[in-house]
Amino acid sequence: MTQFQAETTSTEESLEVGYVDNERLLPELVAHLREHRSRLRDTWAQRVREANLLEAMTAQEMAAETTLVYDNYVEVLETGSVEALQHYARDLSERIIPRGVETHEVVGIVLLLRDVLARSLFEKYRHNPELLNRILDAYEPAANRIANTVAVSFVEERERIIRQQQDALRELSTPVLPVRERLLILPIIGVLDGERARQLTEQLLLGIRAHRAKVVVIDITGAPEVDATVANHLVQTVDASRLMGANVIITGLSPTIAQTLVTIGVDLSKMYTIGDLQGGLEEAERLLGYTVTKQGGAIT
Amino acid sequence: MEPGPAPVSILRQGSYLVASIHTALDDTQMERFRHDLIEAIGHQRARGVIIDVAALDVLDSFGSRTLHDIAEMARLRGARTVIVGIQPDVAFAMVRLGMGTGTIPTALDLEEGLAFLNGGTGLVPGSFGG
Repeated sequence: MTQFQAETTSTEESLEVGYVDNERLLPELVAHLREHRSRLRDTWAQRVREANLLEAMTAQEMAAETTLVYDNYVEVLETGSVEALQHYARDLSERIIPRGVETHEVVGIVLLLRDVLARSLFEKYRHNPELLNRILDAYEPAANRIANTVAVSFVEERERIIRQQQDALRELSTPVLPVRERLLILPIIGVLDGERARQLTEQLLLGIRAHRAKVVVIDITGAPEVDATVANHLVQTVDASRLMGANVIITGLSPTIAQTLVTIGVDLSKMYTIGDLQGGLEEAERLLGYTVTKQGGAIT
Repeated sequence: MEPGPAPVSILRQGSYLVASIHTALDDTQMERFRHDLIEAIGHQRARGVIIDVAALDVLDSFGSRTLHDIAEMARLRGARTVIVGIQPDVAFAMVRLGMGTGTIPTALDLEEGLAFLNGGTGLVPGSFGG
């Protein structure tokens, strides 16, 4: 009856028949792994050390983590549920990512564990090839799922951290600062890519409207390099600001940047540039009609 | 030109004309507006024109070229033109599409536009090589 069903019904159901098979085998497998827990774990830890993985961790940490990973691993084999493992893997990733552990290391250690356990199963059942085959049939898919879960959890955690940092950087990176009535400064620190340049322009234009700015000083002292794309973005920013009635002064063009811009032939004739931020602010104040006078009693 | 209500009201403010565009204009309305405005400059003997585009969230190439034409015609008829109220999104989009307002002065809003025509601030918008 079972055979007949397996032959005639859909592949889905025949898979299920295979699954029932596995269910019977897994407890035996798990018992074996539990029995030889410390030996297998030590072998695994040894292999990890030999492969020069997880060098960022101390010996004690390694011992603690390998035990936890091992137990989690066996538990997943036993229950078939990866939820606890997922949770643990995320937790582990959170701890080890700041210490510079790489994806290949995490994947590497899980694959090593898979290998160590498979070898021990091989050892145990090698006299019974038929049983060995079925044991491996039960073990392999579960082991693959574990490796997959751990790797995915790690990568997801890493991506989450990267996104978080990107957001933080984005918020920090484009401050539009009013220094006087109708005068804004926009210091650019760090590398300008297309996305940042677009955001910077948007922030600046909104700032111009909000502060009713007439003059904007963009200081690029903190920008390590300016290529053709960035230069064109700057030109666009200047043009857009002008459309909104604000004049832009660019300051802090380093000798290297000046040379680069001239060499690559960006048309900066429409740009109003002044050597440094101080000069730019003085010029802006002049344009706006401010005069700054030094008073007596100043700090000397 | 076509009959019917003018798409843009043109108001007199001293010796200046203020034209506020409140809704997106199609090409016909844009031409009608140009016609009305150039007529009004002569009738009112205006010395300056302020075109307020603050309500527009998009300005296409025809629109920006027409504005440019208007400014040029107004100049020939003895009036200076300033465009005010270009929104940040519009400004950025225009620049990215490579269409500026050319040599027409622009200012933040109506108040700035008036100050510009009066020469009060001493700071000419778009004067930097613009």
